[in-house]
Amino acid sequence: MTIGDLMKLTAEGFGETLYMTFVSTASAYLIGMPIGLILTVTDKDGIKPNPLVNGIIGFIVNVLRSVPFIILLIAVMPITRAIVGTTIGSSATVVPLVIAAAPYIARMVESSVKEVDRGVIEASLSMGASPFQIVYKVLLPEARPSLLLGAAITTTTILSYSAMAGVVGGGGLGDIAIRYGYHRKQTDIMIVMVVVLVAIVQVLQAAGNWISRRNDKRIR
Amino acid sequence: MQEDYIIQVRDLHKTFHTNNGSIVVLDNINISIKRGEIFGIIGLSGAGKSTLVRCMNLLEKPTSGSVIVDGRDLTSLSESELRRERQSIGMIFQGYNLLMQRTALDNVCFPLEIAGVKKKEARTKARQLLETVGLADKEKAYPAQLSGGQKQRVAIARALATNPKVLLCDEITSALDPTTTQSILALLKDLNQKLGVTIVVITHEMKVIERICNRVAIIDRSHIEEIGTVDEVFRRPKSAAARKLLYERSENIEKFTGNGKLLRLVFDGSSADRPIIAEMVLKCGTLVNIAFADTKNIHGKIYGQMLLQLPEDPVAVNRILSYLDSEHISYQEEA
Ligand SMILES: Nc1ncnc2c1ncn2[C@@H]1O[C@H](COP(=O)(O)OP(=O)(O)OP(=O)(O)O)[C@@H](O)[C@H]1O
Ligand SMILES: [Mg+2]
Repeated sequence: MTIGDLMKLTAEGFGETLYMTFVSTASAYLIGMPIGLILTVTDKDGIKPNPLVNGIIGFIVNVLRSVPFIILLIAVMPITRAIVGTTIGSSATVVPLVIAAAPYIARMVESSVKEVDRGVIEASLSMGASPFQIVYKVLLPEARPSLLLGAAITTTTILSYSAMAGVVGGGGLGDIAIRYGYHRKQTDIMIVMVVVLVAIVQVLQAAGNWISRRNDKRIR
Repeated sequence: MQEDYIIQVRDLHKTFHTNNGSIVVLDNINISIKRGEIFGIIGLSGAGKSTLVRCMNLLEKPTSGSVIVDGRDLTSLSESELRRERQSIGMIFQGYNLLMQRTALDNVCFPLEIAGVKKKEARTKARQLLETVGLADKEKAYPAQLSGGQKQRVAIARALATNPKVLLCDEITSALDPTTTQSILALLKDLNQKLGVTIVVITHEMKVIERICNRVAIIDRSHIEEIGTVDEVFRRPKSAAARKLLYERSENIEKFTGNGKLLRLVFDGSSADRPIIAEMVLKCGTLVNIAFADTKNIHGKIYGQMLLQLPEDPVAVNRILSYLDSEHISYQEEA
């Protein structure tokens, strides 16, 4: 394999990995964020306590979170085929990634939003804010720095999960690393892929930290 | 004619159920607050003050009893009716409770947004209010960039945004230094006079009551012990709880349980500040012990209280009493 071939391979894997990571993260937030907010609002100290709803959703979230990703990957294959039409390639990997990440995001969002000072919520209630207004005018904006930090952590976690999908031909840098490094014993190619993965994680995390800080008006 | 009451708390009870059993925090509370007055509620820590004031806008649901604000019983309202009603009851807290991710101006806009006021209109109103509280130059500052006193001013402006009929203040000066406290209290008094807004002040500090309140209720261990004008309650406290609060700053009071009687002098600003006690001692030719004194000179007049331990000789006591009478200083013998 020439340097040119390696570059091409890396670029391809890089693109696929970013595609899987960002599409999965965005879709998983679309599902996980509202679930996290419902968990917060219906908590016993929340603004609309509802033990039944909180208990059921909390239970489902915990169950999904306790299934190992590699098993989930295989278990949801029928669903993946129904949605994407295939079980291999990066688009197919998005489905299990979303299913695994959504409950994780729900808990991340819940813990971020619960950091919002109880006093501020009380003040909003005293002004006649409705639960919906409290969620989108108080909880989300006030938790913004923490939510952004959570998003950085979630994105990097999803990225590393996407690499795991390489085992079943999921595409991306992880797939390449397994195909060349494990099946063809070309360790050098595997090392290149891992280095690129490490670099992406570093950059994403640093960017997340920076954006979070810049958005935090409590500093200075 | 019937009095015009803006807040009426009737037969209010509040019990909290905790893992360690239930505690009665408010027991049979009855309070009527007049429109336009500044009403103080004072009591020691844990007496139930915060719970009581939180019942006034139903942040805390009473276990029983009713809370009538401007003729409407809040306990009978639906959730959306209650939210609407809350827009006319402002509340200010000890911990400011500002939105940390919003500027001062946007904080003041917040209740207006909730009430559905148009953005431009809200901003104009918010600017006016920041000016009223003396923070016109801080509209772009975030709470983290403001001092405690400034944050409390923003909170006051925010509470006033929806033109409330009532302002509930829970220990709003407790975290501030004396100078800042004075300026915040002066602002409240001013707002009360200019806007006619009724103010309910919760505090554990006598000074706050003295400074701005018309009437005061003393709350002690879940009960209202006494309600009256500040003058009445401070000059002739009827309850033990009131006396305890009045003398909270004097720890050595118990030490003066000698033989002589205790006489309490009350200075209500009608006598000029001059060495009255020294004069009395000279004129009466008898010594007295000052057991406790807390007087202030305001514009050359004295205000406050003094506790004297009288000599045992009844003739000397009579001389002292007639001297005080001649000076028109009101006094009272302590039990
Ligand atoms: N949510 C609650 N659950 C259980 N007990 C409570 C709750 N809120 C208050 N209490 C109890 O009620 C009593 C009165 O509390 P409250 O906060 O009204 O007192 P306070 O007079 O405002 O005191 P402080 O001056 O310290 O603020 C306290 O014993 C407190 O522990
Ligand atoms: Mg309190």
